[in-house]
Amino acid sequence: MGIRERLSGNEAVAVAMRQINPDVMGAFPITPSTEIPQYFSTYVDNGQVDTEFIAVESEHSAMSTCIGAQAAGCRAVSATSSCGLCYMTEMLYVAASDRLPITLAVSCRALSGPININNDHSDAMGVRDTGWLMLFAETNQEVYDNYLQAMRIGEAVELPIMICQDGFITSHAIENIELVEDDKVKAFVGEYNPKHYLLNKDEPMAVGAYATPTYYMEAKRQQAQAMIDAKDVIRKVGAEFGEMTGRTYGLIEKYMMDDAEEAIVIIGSSAGTAKAAINELRAEGKKVGLIKIRSFRPFPSEDIAEALKNVKAFAVMDKDDSFNAHCGPIYAEVCAALFSNGVVGPKGINYIYGLGGRDVRIESIKTVYAELDKIVETGCTGETYRYLEVRE
Amino acid sequence: MKDMVEIRWHGRGGQGAKTASLLLADAAFNTGKYVQGFPEYGPERMGAPITAYNRISSERCTVHSNIYYPDYVVVVDETLISAVDVTAGLKADGAIVINSGKSPEEIRPLLKGYEGKVCTIDAGKISEEELGKNFPNTPMLAAIVKVSGIVEPEAFVKDMEASFHHKFASKPHVIDGNMRALKRSMEEVKIG
Amino acid sequence: MSHLAKDMTAEVTWKEITPGCNIFEGATASVIETGDWRTMKPIIDMDKCKQCLLCAPVCPDMSIPVVDGKRGEFDYFYCKGCGICANVCPFNAITMVKDEK
Repeated sequence: MGIRERLSGNEAVAVAMRQINPDVMGAFPITPSTEIPQYFSTYVDNGQVDTEFIAVESEHSAMSTCIGAQAAGCRAVSATSSCGLCYMTEMLYVAASDRLPITLAVSCRALSGPININNDHSDAMGVRDTGWLMLFAETNQEVYDNYLQAMRIGEAVELPIMICQDGFITSHAIENIELVEDDKVKAFVGEYNPKHYLLNKDEPMAVGAYATPTYYMEAKRQQAQAMIDAKDVIRKVGAEFGEMTGRTYGLIEKYMMDDAEEAIVIIGSSAGTAKAAINELRAEGKKVGLIKIRSFRPFPSEDIAEALKNVKAFAVMDKDDSFNAHCGPIYAEVCAALFSNGVVGPKGINYIYGLGGRDVRIESIKTVYAELDKIVETGCTGETYRYLEVRE
Repeated sequence: MKDMVEIRWHGRGGQGAKTASLLLADAAFNTGKYVQGFPEYGPERMGAPITAYNRISSERCTVHSNIYYPDYVVVVDETLISAVDVTAGLKADGAIVINSGKSPEEIRPLLKGYEGKVCTIDAGKISEEELGKNFPNTPMLAAIVKVSGIVEPEAFVKDMEASFHHKFASKPHVIDGNMRALKRSMEEVKIG
Repeated sequence: MSHLAKDMTAEVTWKEITPGCNIFEGATASVIETGDWRTMKPIIDMDKCKQCLLCAPVCPDMSIPVVDGKRGEFDYFYCKGCGICANVCPFNAITMVKDEK
């Protein structure tokens, strides 16, 4: 039985870090993730962890610090948001290609401009092709649980992992949470035993190689395989975590999907609001359901195709726009998943929603299902690229 | 208490409305409830109107939106009544608790025809007298607990005492003042 | 799977290449021939060489072995034909010639 607590999402991540006691943290503050290194540095100062806390002058340096530390053979962690994540981007690619399982907590926030500090997913979605594993959380509990599983997953496939939550909405909201006891966390996460590391005196090593066209593509294909392999690892670690806590995780979560005729595909905190909307609609006899994507990288294409194959209509919710005059990133990937798995029956639309902290209410989600009702009724999707609740 | 109670706090940046909402969440949590406590964030500046929220329930609430139809509203700064639509969406079977030296009868005409309970508490005065400074959030917290019954009053007082002992371990003289402010507020809140 | 530099050849597959093309051994310069980058090569005329050793320290690689205070023949495994040695030699003992492979 875990420990009953109430924590904000940022506090929950900091507590998970304390329990894991990583070797190095390289971090630079940015709203709304600042509290993570802030709380964690208190643990460092109090001697509750023996982590080397490296205060750097930028996020680029924060990630560079993590790369150096992880290559040396340490567990390295950081936290960031928004433009900070953008500023890290160059080094994110390096971390992934050097196959360094760094753990990065992201409290997702909109990007400028206009300048905005509130939540959407444009920061995380902007770095979706950097080669990092990316898990998203609906609640404080999930961001904590994901963080405890992160190193097991990343280290098994030798890829860095981002643990994303919604800035302010969960990062700064106090909610009930069940913590895992410190000793159980230690046993679950285990020690980091990298195959190759710079501080191994018996094996000299060079990191950050130059690769000519003869080699580059082979290296990338190998990196792609690690992401493919991660699907099973995430399921396996999620199941093992479930045995310990009773909270089992997979790549996606299905809510009321068994007989659903209309579904939305969503990611992050708004999934919880959508579940409340579904409960109300189900009480009216409507067959509605939801697919929440937990793992965005690797993308659970088979799971999503399987879950959506029998619905009549679906809406994919993107808290980010690709500005491609076409659709958001999750819609693009969901449609590709359906098509490549031979699912062509369901009619799909895309909503760009919740940008820059635009509040997502139960009514907002009901609006989406009402549109799906119309599509089922008429058989016609109309415009598939839509903005939800924008003033016309 | 209903299965879920939703509360909206109105204050000005720097007055502690967010802290009060978190303290209320703590108090409810300590009685076994599921809680949410969260502010609505923007560019923070001293004196600007801010909003904070609480959801308190017996089952986990999955909703992550702001609160539009609160059961209770707490106004930490009386001057907000004219600046902000404080009773927007407030349920008629709920109540509004306002930091004011005026009586509920004097305040009611300013509330755009709100028909539910109007409660006032002179949190500023209590704070000045008991703490020597204007920290209205402790008396406001006590008043909303009294009015809403979210937490059983005796358990609340006990819990707060423990929390003050923890929080003010290095300045114990503040504890008594806070406890007096808390108890006075629970006695003096006017329900109209 | 070998992680040795000598096995990272143009034939290596994506399953066998090292992660990130990282190298897991030291002193790989002695494994990977770089002398084949050369178009010109230095020739030494030992009759003209006075063993002044001005050439050895200016070589950017390790193509001029010095043993017991005396330089020997060029080690063409490393020599890229830059010609600095020929340039510094005060006795015209080193000549650059076209490298016929």
